[in-house]
Amino acid sequence: MAELTKIRAKMDGNTADIKVLITHIMETGQRKDAKTGQIIPAHFIQNVTAALNGKTVLSAEWSVAIAKNPFLGFKAKGAKTGDKIVISWEDNKGNKDTAEETIK
Amino acid sequence: MKKTVLALLGSVFLTSAVPAHATPEQDRKGIIEFYKKRLPKLQFKDYVYGALALSTDSMNQYKAIMDFPPFGNVIEAGSKMWATPFKNGKTYASCFPNGGKNVAGNYPYFDDKLGKVVTLEMTINQCRKDNGEAEYKYGDGATMDTLTAYARTLSDGMPMNIKVESPAAVAAYEAGKTHYYTRRGQLNFACATCHVDNAGNIIRTEILSPSLGAATHWPVFRGGDNLVTLQERFVGCNKLVRAVPFAVGSEEYNNLEYFFSYMSNGLPMKASVFRK
Amino acid sequence: MNPLRRTTLKSTIALAALAGLLPARVFAAEWNKAAFEAKNVAEALKGLGLGATADSKDIIIKAPEIAESGSNVQIEVTSNIPGTQSITILAEKNPSPLTAVFELSNGAEGYISTRIKMSQTSNVRAIVKAGGKLYTAAREVKVTIGGCGG
Repeated sequence: MAELTKIRAKMDGNTADIKVLITHIMETGQRKDAKTGQIIPAHFIQNVTAALNGKTVLSAEWSVAIAKNPFLGFKAKGAKTGDKIVISWEDNKGNKDTAEETIK
Repeated sequence: MKKTVLALLGSVFLTSAVPAHATPEQDRKGIIEFYKKRLPKLQFKDYVYGALALSTDSMNQYKAIMDFPPFGNVIEAGSKMWATPFKNGKTYASCFPNGGKNVAGNYPYFDDKLGKVVTLEMTINQCRKDNGEAEYKYGDGATMDTLTAYARTLSDGMPMNIKVESPAAVAAYEAGKTHYYTRRGQLNFACATCHVDNAGNIIRTEILSPSLGAATHWPVFRGGDNLVTLQERFVGCNKLVRAVPFAVGSEEYNNLEYFFSYMSNGLPMKASVFRK
Repeated sequence: MNPLRRTTLKSTIALAALAGLLPARVFAAEWNKAAFEAKNVAEALKGLGLGATADSKDIIIKAPEIAESGSNVQIEVTSNIPGTQSITILAEKNPSPLTAVFELSNGAEGYISTRIKMSQTSNVRAIVKAGGKLYTAAREVKVTIGGCGG
């Protein structure tokens, strides 16, 4: 669901300033369940890509140490108002999401 | 009883900022004058930020997080709860003037008919009850806390506007003030020990926030993630001085919130903010 | 990751998939398990196939002096080195120091902002690959366990 991935994209001179906020627990696999004492398994986003008008501009690998409800900011030269940014991610359990936004 | 209370107040007051025989407005003006001397670099409007106003490093982090907060999904969940009609088709908005916009600054208020302090959360529960729904448990994260994390944002920018008028209201205010200024717990600290007399000092690596303005910015998301309401913070603070806490929604905490909020009258509110 | 190694892995996976040995999902993006699970910086860099790095003043790390919360430390890495191809971020004293690897292409600037978890006071280190060479800078972020929050 694109509701999990929020994108803000605006031009800053000749550069697109992109900010992304993803809803994801980013569980480290180091915490114990308070009741059972068992380790809560790691559940985190491993891969993120960003594409500008269909061309990949950013490709990232993440660890469990990216904060819960992760934030990502990057900048793309050569973009203009009306261009399309697509953010996709996949976590270690195979869950995925994609969202797109038009640059303002 | 009143004489004993006043004598007690006289003996525990740690500062001349809040004299025993003063009206709420005199108390408030007194505390403002106290902080002008204690924290001369702060302007009145800065007090809504508490300890953040005393550290550029902290304030920068606050601004960075608040630009795109990680807890936006919780506020969104709260907004869905707020917008969802009850079984009878009515909504929370129908229970409040202005659809619930710019109302939070009027809470808590003293209800003379009921003879007690009424909080925003109690009014929400009354709304639920009046519309055939079960009341929420006070301090429950998934229900009341999430709902108010959104509902309170409808009053962002509204100045705190607590009224203390009838003699019974004054008594409730004074009960709250007594709690604030009474030493308790194994550590034998009053709220005022840290947040008035030592406001701006550092204890256990943290800057102590001043009481002025402190009621304006609740709930908070601790670490960007952990939702804590004002009365849940009272529980936390009582525990920190190793005192047995009262219950969220108890008369003791409602009176405390009433006094505590009055101290911040005139300062703009902002709900659901980042704190450490 | 070493480009030769990346190509070799891709070819191996491609062959294996053709042979029906692997599920199609493996074509989904790679994740450098060895590097991410390394327990110290040296092992992480080895896992990434990164060699010697040169200290650079053209990498600017913006981070708090004292983190308000070890679970949400916002950092910004700006690389003013021309031809920046990737930015790798490590929190040196985290249980697994490697935090993220960002490959930049097609006009993406040498700039990344994100929020990380830090378990203790530590250097936050950025490694930049630009023009095929490696550069690095670090900045200390203090993480306290305050007694009064929450």
